Formats: sequence, structure tokens, C-alpha cells
Amino acid sequence: MLNTASLSLEQAPPISIPFRFFLTAPLFGIVSGFLVLFYGETPFVSRWSPLMLGLTHMMTLGFLTMVMCGAMLQMLPVIAGSPVPHVVMVGASLHVLLVLGTLALVLAFLTGTPLIMLIALVAIGVGLCAFIAAVTIAQLRVISSGATVGGMKLAVSALLLTLLLGSIAALGYAGIIRIPNLAILADAHLGWGLLGWMGLLLISVSFQLVPMFQVTPEYPDWVKRFLPWMIFVALLIWLLLRSGWIVAAWISLLALLVLMVVVFGFTLFSIYTLLLQSRRKRRVPDVTLLFWRLGMILLAGSALFWLSGVLFPPVREAQYFSILLGIGLVQGVVLSVVNGMLYKIVPFLCWFHLQNRQMNLMCMMVRIPNMKEFVTDRAAKRQFYLHLSAFLFSAAAAVMPLWFSRPAALLFIASNLLLLINLFLAVGRFRATFRLLEPTTQESVC
Amino acid sequence: MATIITIMAADHRRCDEIFSDAENLVSTKDWGEGGKAFAAFRDATLNHFAMEEERLFPAFEQHIGHAMGPVQIMRMEHNQMRQLLSEMEQAVADRDDTRYLGLSETLMMIIQQHNMKEEQMLYPMMDRTLGEAGAEIAQEIHSS
Repeated sequence: MLNTASLSLEQAPPISIPFRFFLTAPLFGIVSGFLVLFYGETPFVSRWSPLMLGLTHMMTLGFLTMVMCGAMLQMLPVIAGSPVPHVVMVGASLHVLLVLGTLALVLAFLTGTPLIMLIALVAIGVGLCAFIAAVTIAQLRVISSGATVGGMKLAVSALLLTLLLGSIAALGYAGIIRIPNLAILADAHLGWGLLGWMGLLLISVSFQLVPMFQVTPEYPDWVKRFLPWMIFVALLIWLLLRSGWIVAAWISLLALLVLMVVVFGFTLFSIYTLLLQSRRKRRVPDVTLLFWRLGMILLAGSALFWLSGVLFPPVREAQYFSILLGIGLVQGVVLSVVNGMLYKIVPFLCWFHLQNRQMNLMCMMVRIPNMKEFVTDRAAKRQFYLHLSAFLFSAAAAVMPLWFSRPAALLFIASNLLLLINLFLAVGRFRATFRLLEPTTQESVC
Repeated sequence: MATIITIMAADHRRCDEIFSDAENLVSTKDWGEGGKAFAAFRDATLNHFAMEEERLFPAFEQHIGHAMGPVQIMRMEHNQMRQLLSEMEQAVADRDDTRYLGLSETLMMIIQQHNMKEEQMLYPMMDRTLGEAGAEIAQEIHSS
């Protein structure tokens, strides 16, 4: 039965809650860039090098999870009609804990100090658990249970499992507990983080956003219903097979086959999304669409690269295989889509909050800038090309670190700096207009 | 049987398509056809608002016996969209495509998040609460 009393369609959190996440993320990108600029080819020696572990977490936690959590706190009332309880407190503490926790984690990787590792785990653990709890409560109260909300629930469960696996792996890394096969545990953590948390969130959000904003046909019902579950269940089976409970020769082959199902699911999704986008009714140039298509092409490309590694041992055994795959997925796929989405969410929230305020004050004299006046197409496009070049150079750096690591770092810093500037300019315009709408100040015209 | 969700969601899609036509034409600076397509989109949207504000929302609120917060928010968002529509009308009159495209992008965002709330929550809720009466209103809207 639908409960009319609990339905809330208001944009719940104040603008400062999502914005603190969005404006912090590019800073982690910039710091990552400076680390590579300073250390050059060193991080690319192996995916297990402390620097590479640190860089990976700066991006996945400091940038991507940062933006994804901030966006979820914002979007749940719209997508699910269910506001996140205590959103200001949860949002503010998650933000602080995620910043401190990520920095401590990177420091712990670099120094190997158990105490710093424990601090990092407590900060990240408390922050993300509070987030997961609040979001789960909101999802339990949910009025509608479409494919997007269903997929988001799976993504949040995957985040919890990623956190758990990562925490155990980190305790092993810091020597606090003894773990017999740390590499397998780390792989499970990585698989659940990338394919579970980030991948499932990407898929379920796409089901909603791709048809709506580009005016494309819908994803077919069977894709919406089965794909997230298929990936989630396959990842669970993969985890069980890899956990070492059963020891037999055929187990690793079976695990590989199950992982293939996951990769097949993502390939299907990427091709389907590209197909839908090519049939879009809305033909005007759109920078977010550029980012999104790049991400989808690289998702299919990464899947193909992984498969070639499975089929051809020389590819798999190349020193750069895992790092190139990681760069493809993190920087190429998830970062592209997240970066592109910021250009829709941030200008829209600026406009939306200002217009709400204008209507409440009935102050129609002030002209509210439209979305493209908060971030211009030119500025966003320029950043897209920087992002693309940074990705291409990073991919080259995975293969030839000595030549390409520093140029890649410079481009990556430039791309993140421009993103930060674009977002700050939007916030600046928001503030300037907000002041005009202030009934008490001298500047105001109300 | 006609339901509110099927009829109204189909009307959302119809408005989206006219919106896209108008935007595509304006982006090529075809003001003759673009102006006509914009007018068609504006009329279709205002008609959709009227169906909700004059028929659906009052019937629903009468049934549950009080004015409802979420319905109020839908009305407020309609007003936000009306304001954008009138700014777009000015942009068409001024032949200002940059301004039109900035406004249409903004309108598209608010329309879609508004539609999301209606299609995922409000319409299904109305269908279940109003039952037969809801189906009748939907049928009337459909045939009008």
C-alpha cells in the first residue's frame, strides 16, 4: 500500500551538502597528478606499489566515491521520493571523514604505519557506514521500486561489501592481522568496488537518466530487470569461488567463467547505451554526452582488453596489463561519466535553488542565470578535451612510464584544475545572484 | 483499462519529442519552423499542466480530504516551468539562439526531474487511491 504521508518531493538537502563533495573531488585529482609528477614512473612499476595503491584510492575514494555519495544524497528524494534522514549531519560528517580517511589511507600505504592505517579505516568505515545506514533507511521507506532504485540498493550493498573486504585487506597490508593470500582478497575488494559499487550505480542511474535527458528510447524491460541482478549474483558466486573455501583445479576456471558473465553484462550495457544514444531525439551538442559516450566506448574497450588477456597469455603477462585495465576503467569509464554528470548537476542545482528562493521572495526583478550561464559549453568542452588527452597519455604511461608518466600527470592536473575552476565559477555566479535575492542587504533589489 | 500513469506518461513523452524538435530547429537557426515548433511545445506543456491542475490534482486532493504537500510542490514546479517558457518565448522573439538553448537545457532538467517524481510516485499513488474514478478521468483526458 502506498503511504501518502511519507512521500516527500522536495529537494531535500541544502545546496552546501552536495556541493562540498563536488568541489572537493577535483582537489584529489590535482593531488594525484602532483604525486605522479613528483615520482614519475615509480608508481607504474606494479599495481601493488604503495604509490599506485595510494593513487588508486585517491581517485576511487577521494574523487569518485566522493561525488557519487554527494549525488546520491541529492538524488534520492527525486528518484525515490524518499529523503535521506539527517541528511545535513550525515552529509557533513561523511565529507569530513572521507577526506581525512582517504588522506590517512594514502599515507598508510606510503609509510606502512599500522596506527595511520587504523585511523584511516575508522574514519572511512564510520563515514561510509553512516552513509550506507542513512541511504538504506531512505530506500526502505521508498514509495516506488523501479529498476533504478532496485539497482541502487544492490550498488549500496556492494559498497558495504567493498568496505568490508578492503578493511580486512588493509589490516593485512599493515601487518595488524595475518592474511594468507592478500592478493586474492585485494582482487575481490577491487572487483566489488569497481564492478559492484561503481558499475551497478552507473548502470542503474543510466536506466533513468539516458532516456530522460537525451530523449532516447527506453532500455528494454528485461535489461532493466535482470542485468543488475545478474551482475550482482555473478559477483557473489565469483567471490565465494575465490574465497578459498573449496580447493580444486576446476574452481579457478569456474571463477573465470563467472567473471566472464559479469564482463559480458557490462559489455551489453555499454553497447546498448551507445545504441540508444545514437537514436536520441535531442540532437543539440551536449558536453555531458561527450563524456558519457567516451565512458561507454572505453567500457566496451576495457572488456575487450580483459578478454584478450584471458585468451592470450602474452597480453595477460605483460607488466602493464593490470595497470592499463585499471586506468581504462577508473579514469576512462567511471571518471568520464562522473565528470560529465557534474556539468549537469552543478548548474542545475545552482539554478534550482536560486529560482526557488526567487519564488519564495516573489522577487521577480532579479534575472536568474540559466544553466549554460553557470558553466558555458566552451569551458566544459575545453575541459573534456583535456580529460581525453590526460586519459590517452595515462594509458600510454601504463605501457611506457618513463616517457609518458610526467606529461600524463601535467595533463591530468590541468584537466582537474579546469574542472575545479569551472565549478567555482558556477558557485561564484550562484553567490552573486543569491546576494541580489537577499532581502536584508543593501545590494539586494527586493 | 486506461490508467493515469499510462496516459500522463505518454503525454510526457509526446511533449519531450516536440521539445526536441523545437530545440533542434532553433540550434540550426531555423526560426520560422523553430518558432512554430516552440509554440506547439509550449501549448502541449501548458495543456498538460492544465489537465493536472484542473482535473487530476483536485480530484486526488478531494479524495484524500486535504491539500497535499507533494501536490503543492508539483504546482510550484509548474510555475517554475511557466516562467522558463515565457523567457524562451522572449528568446524566440529576439532570435537569440544562445539564450534559447541555455533556457531549454534548464527547462529540460526541471521537466525531467519533475516527470520522474510524477511517474514514479505521484501517478501510481493517484491510480491506487482513485481507482475507477481515476481511470475515468484518465480516459476523459485521453479522449479530449
